Amino acid sequence: MAIKQLTVFVENKQGALVSITDILALNNINLRALSIAETQDFGILRLIVNDEKTAEKTLTDAGYLIKVTDVVGVKIGDEPGKLTSALSVLDKAGINMEYLYAFMARTEKHAYVVLRVEDNAAAEEALGDAGFHLITEADIAKL
Amino acid sequence: MSQNYYQKDIETMPVEQMKKLQSEKLVKQVKHVYDNVPYYRNLMDEKGVKPEDINGIEDLHKLPFLTKADLRDAYPYGLLAKPLEDCVRIQSTSGTTGKRVVAFYTQHDVDLWEECCARAIVAVGGTNKDVCQVAYGYGLFTGGPGLNGGSHRVGCLTLPMSSGNTDRQIQFMTDLNATILCCTPSYAAYIGETLKEKGYKPEDISLKAGIFGAEPWTEEMRKGIEEALGIKAYDIYGLTETSGPGVSFECSEQTGMHINEDHFLAEIIDPDTGEVLPEGEKGELVFTSLDKEAFPLLRYRTRDICVLSRKKCSCGRTLIKMSKPMGRSDDMLIIRGVNVFPSQIETVLLNEGYQPNYQIIVDRANNTDTFDVNVEMNPEQFTDKVSDVLALEKSLADAMKTILGINPKVHLVAPKSIARSEGKAVRVIDKRKLI
Repeated sequence: MAIKQLTVFVENKQGALVSITDILALNNINLRALSIAETQDFGILRLIVNDEKTAEKTLTDAGYLIKVTDVVGVKIGDEPGKLTSALSVLDKAGINMEYLYAFMARTEKHAYVVLRVEDNAAAEEALGDAGFHLITEADIAKL
Repeated sequence: MSQNYYQKDIETMPVEQMKKLQSEKLVKQVKHVYDNVPYYRNLMDEKGVKPEDINGIEDLHKLPFLTKADLRDAYPYGLLAKPLEDCVRIQSTSGTTGKRVVAFYTQHDVDLWEECCARAIVAVGGTNKDVCQVAYGYGLFTGGPGLNGGSHRVGCLTLPMSSGNTDRQIQFMTDLNATILCCTPSYAAYIGETLKEKGYKPEDISLKAGIFGAEPWTEEMRKGIEEALGIKAYDIYGLTETSGPGVSFECSEQTGMHINEDHFLAEIIDPDTGEVLPEGEKGELVFTSLDKEAFPLLRYRTRDICVLSRKKCSCGRTLIKMSKPMGRSDDMLIIRGVNVFPSQIETVLLNEGYQPNYQIIVDRANNTDTFDVNVEMNPEQFTDKVSDVLALEKSLADAMKTILGINPKVHLVAPKSIARSEGKAVRVIDKRKLI
């Protein structure tokens, strides 16, 4: 069920990010969501894309350090309090979260949250039981 | 300054008489080493030299060299020339590749080392009326024990502070009116800055002289320290292999260091050919211990590049002078007073599962060395979590600290991002301008 996140190691150098997005654009890859975690020396770029396999291959071929991680994608209503209710479900189930980031759908009245948790299967079960719609790779490709 | 000497007969001995003394000592010492150190006897035999071929210092060039590699091969007892029951002390160098260098001392060896340090203290004006604050590290490092012993011999009131705890250094310095400070030049500069921050002016403290060594420093640094502390700053040189600090020392002229050549016979050689170079030429400094009993190294290559001079000195000492080392004939770096070889970093990387692709960047900020190591990340260890990458950097820095004795700042960089030029990679970038 989980979706694939591409993680790219980015050195803190001018132009480092643009050369990555440039490669993706040249290969016709669409970004669905991204987040960057940064330190003084380096950044960790996390991407959800429409075509994970091609993106992984082109970036690897270009010499980037890439890691593919399974993350949980969940669809929530675009209204106040919806994120809280999703997070409460995980909290009650005792699932620790590493990080999350969110993105909006273009047409629907929905937001999508990407969750990186300790135990994907447990998170998906808890969210599914609470009536949340979990998104799949197929959903991502269609977005 | 009116001149005082600790051992005037030696320190002002006419050169010809000194050479005669050195010759007598050398002949005896070569016999002692040949009879008691199988490791060096083998080197002499391989070269076809017998003790009877050495009749004076003019024959010194016939003897084989010793290098740091020999010291490691012979670790720990291979170069020991006395039974252990005659030894009273060891000192050790700050980390080397896996094996440290351990030097042994009989009581006689400790005595002559301390006398050398006493000469250095008297040469900067020290007497039994002085309060000598020793802020070199105490322990295996020779800095603290050497100057501590010298200070006792001169009769100074000795403050055995060891390094660090700057607030306490300043408290003792001001409460007990310290007049002579012994430490590394970077620590002296740091004490100077801290005094200023606390609102002290140079005239508020009683210091008059400092003896600073164990790491390279410049004339600009000397000026800065002299102004900050209101003192005269003097250089001192030494290495654990020969005894410790006090192998040579500066006098009031501050134009190079007098070598205690009655104990340590100096030569300058071409580092590539091993040929002895005439006085005044720049080359690698080589020492022969003339009196040491337990650990008497003959023709030990220091790897320090410098110049010797017999020019008449205004202080009245006739002891030959050496310039400040101008560089190294190997790739050793001295960072915060600690000897660091790039090969040590390589060993750690291989042990920790990294490719040996790295770059060392040394610089100086606020008179303290900065030490950064860039290492290419191991792709298998890369994760999407920042905390994981930071933990990898920390564990690598800890592993390096264990081997090197000082803490580097480790930066993981992308694989293949460190340049591999054709031929030899640039492993070390030393941005410090020291000469």
